[in-house]
Amino acid sequence: MSLRIVVCVKYVPDATGDRHFADDLTLDRDDVDGLLSELDEYAVEQALQIAAAHNDSGDGDAEITVLTVGPEDAKDALRKALSMGADKAVHVEDDDLHGTDALGTSMVLAKAIEKTGYDLVVCGMASTDGTMGVLPAMLAERLGVPQVTLLSEVSVEGGTVKGRRDGDAATVRLEAPLPAVVSVTDQSGEARYPSFKGIMAAKKKPVESLDLEDLDIDAGDVGLDGAWTAVDSATQRPARTAGTIVNDEGDGGEQLAGYLASQKFI
Amino acid sequence: MAEVLVYVDHVDGAVRKPTLELLTLARRLGDPVAVALGAGAADTAAALAQHGAVKVLTADAPEFADYLVVPKVDALQAAYDSVSPAAVLVPSSAEGKEIAARLAVRIGSGLITDAIDVQAGDEGPVATQSAFAAAFTTTSRITKGTPVITVKPNSAPVEPAAAAGTVEELAVTFGAAATGTRIVSSTPRESTGRPELTEAAIVVSGGRGVNGAENFAIIEALADSLGAAVGASRAAVDAGWYPHSHQVGQTGKSVSPQLYIASGISGAIQHRAGMQTSKTIVAINKDAEAPIFDLVDYGVVGDLFQVVPQLTEAIKARKG
Ligand SMILES: Cc1cc2nc3c(=O)[nH]c(=O)nc-3n(C[C@H](O)[C@H](O)[C@H](O)COP(=O)(O)OP(=O)(O)OC[C@H]3O[C@@H](n4cnc5c(N)ncnc54)[C@H](O)[C@@H]3O)c2cc1C
Ligand SMILES: Cc1cc2nc3c(=O)[nH]c(=O)nc-3n(C[C@H](O)[C@H](O)[C@H](O)COP(=O)(O)OP(=O)(O)OC[C@H]3O[C@@H](n4cnc5c(N)ncnc54)[C@H](O)[C@@H]3O)c2cc1C
Repeated sequence: MSLRIVVCVKYVPDATGDRHFADDLTLDRDDVDGLLSELDEYAVEQALQIAAAHNDSGDGDAEITVLTVGPEDAKDALRKALSMGADKAVHVEDDDLHGTDALGTSMVLAKAIEKTGYDLVVCGMASTDGTMGVLPAMLAERLGVPQVTLLSEVSVEGGTVKGRRDGDAATVRLEAPLPAVVSVTDQSGEARYPSFKGIMAAKKKPVESLDLEDLDIDAGDVGLDGAWTAVDSATQRPARTAGTIVNDEGDGGEQLAGYLASQKFI
Repeated sequence: MAEVLVYVDHVDGAVRKPTLELLTLARRLGDPVAVALGAGAADTAAALAQHGAVKVLTADAPEFADYLVVPKVDALQAAYDSVSPAAVLVPSSAEGKEIAARLAVRIGSGLITDAIDVQAGDEGPVATQSAFAAAFTTTSRITKGTPVITVKPNSAPVEPAAAAGTVEELAVTFGAAATGTRIVSSTPRESTGRPELTEAAIVVSGGRGVNGAENFAIIEALADSLGAAVGASRAAVDAGWYPHSHQVGQTGKSVSPQLYIASGISGAIQHRAGMQTSKTIVAINKDAEAPIFDLVDYGVVGDLFQVVPQLTEAIKARKG
């Protein structure tokens, strides 16, 4: 039995750069470098490990497709994932996608996943820009398959996904039959660095481009105008007024207590 | 007046504070109708009525505890169908966001997550969000369907407001997807006796500078002197000094307390993403150049092993 894994990866602005909004209140991608969301590296890593375990078990071949919805530059994110070891890539790219919100993105991703064919979808726990943490649940809803999300441990054996989820009140162990949508946290295990060989090999791996027409999606349902949400304003937080900073001369704790008392915390 | 659905987060009937905050926000938009699911659901009614719930819809079934997320979505959808609300408010926990996400897809509505404020507007509720590690504040609206909004803890005051709180049993039919993901086992988190991290009015956090699991005792002692919750940076968590459930930041908990005290934490962007909306920020760090000092209302450049115990003693002395 083969195992078709699709990993959803997002191309995001570098969090250490100066991120801001463009005039139309969408993400300004021009002024800041983009990269593969670091949290999606964990998804690629777990997919690689699941694929390796599947191949070792002699159960047939596993194949990993990385999928992104994003502008032309988003190819960089796909290349990074390919250089880590994924087999092929799908890039959904269309000018009409500019400004798409979570509802729209989940629709596009679901259609692309169905077109690609899948047994397992692997996502990160959240993107590092929108940080909604909702796409995996939306995909499971749209695809009509189990959601096994926010896993700090994941494995696939004999057509079953198993995982561990550290929830707010309890740690739970989960189980679901394939096909399924999984999301993994940054506790799932460090992501590998691409090797030189991996980087060279990635250049030859296929990247398929799809647009809205290929996916049978009406342009009116996506993009800024088709969005289910509208951003009316985005204001930069005023720089904090410089706080008081004292050097500890032996009474730093006392002084701090005095400050806390003056602010009525004590 | 329009009805507004509020998803209730409770533990065996004890309503958690973020839900009471949601009721404050819901009252700005209409009449709150609370949806409480699982064991003890009916026991939530009194607390919800005291905070403005005109009606409490309850349902209990083994599915809520035995399967992940989807049974709760089925129930919330049943409530949505019976009430036709003007908006649906859900607490912004990891699970709350997933429940809201699936409901939004099902009812074809827009979704806003992690709102820090919600106000009534001419075209429906206006939500305030903070973006890019709290460097920006945005306001947004939902343009299609019924607004589904998840709200972060500490976004509104808890205000008593007496209401009927009539309890009604909600009829729920579980769909085929409800039993898709089985919860094989569940290990409840041990209570530390300290306030819940995301709800606490004061959070005291330690980072790599704390330099060892045993040294977290001085962070805990400071927290206890203030009745605070304990947080940790990812560096401290990754080193195994403190449990991951206490991590503050982008991939940990996001906190917004009245007072945040960071000790031995440099203030990396991913840490800031989880605490920058705190009202008052205090840091203790021996490096005067540490980026955390850019955020503080009050900072002490010094060795935390000197400053923190002295602070704890001074607080105890002042409290008498
Ligand atoms: C600051 C900011 C705030 C926003 N607020 C809202 C809002 O309130 N409501 C709303 O509807 N939209 C919002 N958006 C838009 C939203 O972020 C995008 O529509 C996005 O594609 C989906 O949300 P997310 O990136 O937060 O995904 P998350 O749910 O956080 O991402 C989880 C996982 O889904 C996968 N994934 C996400 N996006 C893609 C993609 N494009 N391609 C491939 N895989 C992907 C990845 O595996 C990722 O790890 C916001 C965007 C920004 C930048
Ligand atoms: C995808 C991703 C997600 C992440 N998510 C998170 C997250 O959720 N939360 C998080 O915190 N980080 C997160 N990080 C990690 C983040 O980038 C930083 O590495 C981390 O926050 C550093 O922790 P720290 O400040 O404790 O350690 P350091 O950066 O090493 O800082 C330690 C500080 O302690 C000070 N110090 C040392 N000794 C003393 C002393 N005796 N007295 C006083 N001060 C002292 C030092 O001067 C220094 O400033 C994430 C990173 C990535 C890539």
